[in-house]
Formats: sequence, C-alpha cells, structure tokens
Amino acid sequence: MITFSEKQLKIPKMTRPVYLVTGGMSKFGRAIPEKRTEELCIDALTEAAELIDHTPAQLKKYIHTCYYGHFADHFGDQLLGEAVIHDRLGLDPLGNIGIKTGGATGGSTLWEAYKTVASGYSDCTLAMGWERMDEVPTDEGNHLISCAADKDWETPLGHMYTGYYAVMAQKYWKVFGKEEASFRKAMAEIAVKNRGYGRMNPHAHGGKKITVEDVLNSPTVAHPLRALDCCLMSVGAACGILADEKTAYEMTDNPLKIDIGAGSHTLRVADRRKMEIPLLPNETKEQYADLGDRFPGGDRYPGFTGFLAARMASYYAYNMTGIHDPTEDLDLVELHDAFTISDIQTYEDIGIRPYGEGRTYVESGDCFRTNPHTGEPGKLPANLSGGLIGNMHAVGATGIMQVVEVAHHLWNRWGEMHGNEEKWKRFGRERPADWKDLQVKGAKRGLAISHAGVGSHVTCTILQHPDHILERRD
Amino acid sequence: MSCGKEHGKVRTEKGRYKLDGKFHHSEPNTPIFNENGKLMGVTNPRDMTYVHSYGGEAIFFESLGKGKIMASRCDNPNCESRGSVFMPFRIHCPDCLMKSTVMDITEKAKTTAKVHTFMITARTGAFNPLPKPVKFVNVEFDGVVTILMGYLAVGEPKMDMRVVPIFNTKSPTYTILDLFWVPEGTPEASLPEGYTFD
Ligand SMILES: [Zn+2]
Repeated sequence: MITFSEKQLKIPKMTRPVYLVTGGMSKFGRAIPEKRTEELCIDALTEAAELIDHTPAQLKKYIHTCYYGHFADHFGDQLLGEAVIHDRLGLDPLGNIGIKTGGATGGSTLWEAYKTVASGYSDCTLAMGWERMDEVPTDEGNHLISCAADKDWETPLGHMYTGYYAVMAQKYWKVFGKEEASFRKAMAEIAVKNRGYGRMNPHAHGGKKITVEDVLNSPTVAHPLRALDCCLMSVGAACGILADEKTAYEMTDNPLKIDIGAGSHTLRVADRRKMEIPLLPNETKEQYADLGDRFPGGDRYPGFTGFLAARMASYYAYNMTGIHDPTEDLDLVELHDAFTISDIQTYEDIGIRPYGEGRTYVESGDCFRTNPHTGEPGKLPANLSGGLIGNMHAVGATGIMQVVEVAHHLWNRWGEMHGNEEKWKRFGRERPADWKDLQVKGAKRGLAISHAGVGSHVTCTILQHPDHILERRD
Repeated sequence: MSCGKEHGKVRTEKGRYKLDGKFHHSEPNTPIFNENGKLMGVTNPRDMTYVHSYGGEAIFFESLGKGKIMASRCDNPNCESRGSVFMPFRIHCPDCLMKSTVMDITEKAKTTAKVHTFMITARTGAFNPLPKPVKFVNVEFDGVVTILMGYLAVGEPKMDMRVVPIFNTKSPTYTILDLFWVPEGTPEASLPEGYTFD
C-alpha cells in the first residue's frame, strides 16, 4: 500500500483506559542450561507478583486471559509451546493464545493483551514472552532466524538474516551518514553507552566497559557494522500484567496508563515501494521538500533507509496519547537497538529527530542519562536497561522487558529492582563496585519500540504516570 | 546432498504429491552432562525434508534455468497501481489483488540493472551453499517499482554499479540461486561453473 484511506489513518480510540499493573523478568543469558523455559517464565511472573506485594497465587486470581509471545517454535523444538507454559503457570482453563511477529513479538503480545482489556473482554490479562536460543548451535540458530525472511527469495542467499538487514545499514550509512568517520563514531557511542548501562542491570548478560575504539576495532560483521555494533542472542522471559482502571487500583496504588500502536511493512525489503513520508505531529511536509538535495538518494522514502512500520506505530501511538514532540513529552525511551545504525534510523522514524538528523540525538548527548557534554541529565535517555546490545535479545521477551524497564523508572523503583545485592547473587553475577542507580528522576512518561527484523512489524508503547496524562489529539 | 545420504524424490500426479524414497534419517539422541556428571539434558538430532509448492511463482523459478527473468505487472485498468512492474514477482497485485500479468524483463535487466545497495558478510548460517564472503546486492531496474535482492558472483559491489544477470542454465536448482549478478563487462570465462549470460 502506498496511499492511505482516511479509515486506515483513524486514530485508535479504546473503549476504556488500560493500565500496566506490574511486570517481571527472569535472568537473561546467552545460555541457561540449568533451567527449562517454564522455570524462566515462573521467575518472571513471581517477580511481577512480588513487585506489588502479592504471591504468585494471589496475582493469578486476577488474570482472565493470557497472551504468550515467542518468536520461533523451531528454537525450542516445541510447537504450541504457549500451551506448555500456560499449564506450567497453572492458568488452565483460561483462554490463551500465542503471538508471533518476529523481533516485535514482545510488543505485539502486549498489544493484544491491551486490546483485550480495552474492549472489556477481560479486566486483567497476562502478557508473557520468552525465547530459548541456546538449544541449537549458533549457525543453525542463524539459519532458523533467516527462515523469518522469505524462504524462496531470501533465505537461500546465505541463510543469514544480518545480510538482509545490513543492506539497509549500508544504504543509510551512504545516504544519511555520508560515510563520515564522525557518523561511524556516533554509532560506536551507542554501543558503548548501552553496554555500559547493561553493567548496572543484574538481569543483563551484555554489560561491558568498552570504548569507542573497542567498537571500531571489533571484527567486521558486515561493513559498516562491527561485532560490538550488534545485539545479543539470549535466553529469558519477561511479563506484564494489564488491567482496567478499577482492577488496577485494586491490585496496586501505582498503575501506569498504557497505550500501544502498531505498524507493519513488507517482509522482503525488496517489495518496498516509494511513497510520501507520513508525518508525525511535530513534522511538516515542507521540512522534507529538500531532503533529496541535502541527502542525495534520501528522497526515495522509505527506501532502504527508513522503517515505515515504526513511523506508523508511532503515528498511531502519539496521536492516541497526545504526544506532540517525543523529546519534550517523554522522559525516557527503550528502543530496539538490534544494531547501532538501526537505532539511529529509528530516532527518525519515531520523530525524536527529523529524517536525516538521527545522529544528532547521540551527538547532542540527549540520549544519555548524563549528557557527556554538559554533565546535566540527558534530555531523553535511551536504553538505560542496556537494550538489545547491553541487556538481552531473547526475542519474545524483549518488547516486554523494555516496557517493564521503562515502568521501573515511572514507579521510581529502578534502583531497588537493579541494585538489590541478593538479586545479583541469585543470578550468579557480581554487582560492579561502581554500580550506579540509573533512575531517571521524576520520570512521568516513557516509550518502548518493539521491532521485527527488517521492519515487518513494529509496536510503539507509551506509558504515562496517571498524574501526568496528556490529552489525546483528534 | 551435503550429508551424503539418499533423499527421496517427489512428483505430482493428478494434483497429488507422490513421494518416492527416504525423507528422513533417524539418529539416536545423546545425553548432556555437566562437569560433575549430572544429567542436564539430551540432544535431539533430526534430518528431514520439506515438500514445498511454488504455486503461481513456479514460472519465475522455472524461467531462470532458461536464462529468463519473469516479472509481474498489474494490468487492472481500475487499479491505482496499474502498470506497476514488480520484481520480486508477485502472483497477485498487492493493491487490487487481481492476478498479475507475467512479463519477461530479461532485456531490461541486462541493460538497466544497477546496485541500489549491497553488503558483504563472512558469516553465514547453517546450510548456506554460497562461497564466502557472501556479497549481497540489491538490484534496481528502470521501470520496476521494487528492488530485488541477489548475489554478486564476481567482483566487488558498489552502489550504482551496473550489473547483469547470469543464470544457472547447465544444471538448474530451480531456486533463487539460479540467478546471480556480475558487473557489466565481466567476461564469460569468469562466470561460476554452470552459469551463462543467456
Ligand atoms: Zn492492481
């Protein structure tokens, strides 16, 4: 589709508001041979219950419908794995369903759970996501991931998803990055930042103290991407509990308003057709009139440089919630940093920066918790969890982890959930001597982007503290 | 087959698949112990064969071995995308969903194909048959609204570089691997074994 009807651009209007009541996460690791997937899911649900001073049994009494996200049945070699988890969580005979949208599976799982509460079907839903990526050798894992590309037109070419993705990185690097060393450095700074934040997260398995030079000297995966520009491959689970207003306040004093928009684009990048840029509330058509002059090749939108699905997801979500300018209206974000360069592309797709200027979000220092240029708090800190690069990418859990992480800030409980010495020990990890509380002071609103592969599915989740809810735009 | 095992053959007859031979090979599982000899799990080896229909795309994959690239075009006079030419081939127009017209774009590919973007990777997944490093090229054609992903068999990719298709006409696999790309002006002698310009 290259044009939209009015009906397609309708801003979703939910029948009733929906709240995130609580959420939890397991430990994340490259491999967790000592635990079955169901044990990780039980860990996540138990953490969610304890966060609101419930036992798991008490929490379960509220749950009416369950949504389960895991990307690849192949990885766990278990079709209908959702039914296994549902039984092990002791939630039979409640209705449940599996959700699969590749890398966006976590976000999509929340999206479904959200609509179920908004519609009135359920007063409380469970969204649980996981991935088990340690039960096949890495090259076979890469083959399985490549099966999420078109099996006739793409998979036979290398059986390597990175290849289908990196062509976009290459194009963006040329057109908008202009192959500049300074742009390459901005990419590296994201890798340094996210691995650094990952060090403060006991759940994370990608935390590492590194420098820009380390990134620039790490092995080339696919030019311009180097090993340290790429996300992790992980095992783990995360969950969120959603409820209507009445039920939410029965369960906790501090529910957060949650809204989610979703978009999609062709599974094969090859099928993208040129179109006009759909505008976000903080943009005008005029500002892009000379995009192709400023960035030769940049006028073929979305081409191989933009993620239309992210643009559409944020279009719906911003208009649903009244966000005009994400940098002004939000206090922190968790983005899908599968690769440093796709992170930069996403800044533009979701309007943190205009198309062509994504790098300035890093260069200005706005994306850091503490702006390295000023020593003041960054304007809109990104991926304080460590993100996919520094925390984890257990695909089905990722989008839910991001939302739980944002929520910890809005609940003002980030330090408690990440600094607890006992938790570090339980996960078999040592809390660094220079551990730092990354809590964003006074955080009221946050966003999480869950993104699939080359941009086939994207969700945009907005969390708002109930005392600071913006007015929706119509 | 790479594992040296005999794999079955399939044909269709009266609209049904007819399978002949062995389609999977069983291997026993093995236990996984930790360093203290405690059981952690088991391996589950598996070797199986899928049977896959090309349906309306068969014409594309069949034509590659004959040195032809078949694209599709929407000819529905009432469609907003009327006249749009698609490569990858689409059986139905993505806008009006009418059956597309099959068209031969081999000459257009030979005379106008150029590299939109590319990437080179030394890392591939299991079962990859291509020599490493793998050089992906995304190829654009004049008058085609989409951009085809392919494999550059000779030389180094560059954006806007003119490329021409080569075809596995000697022993076609009937997959996308029957179509590779080489820089314009590549001599026939440099082509991979089995591949020809026509
Ligand atoms: Zn049509």
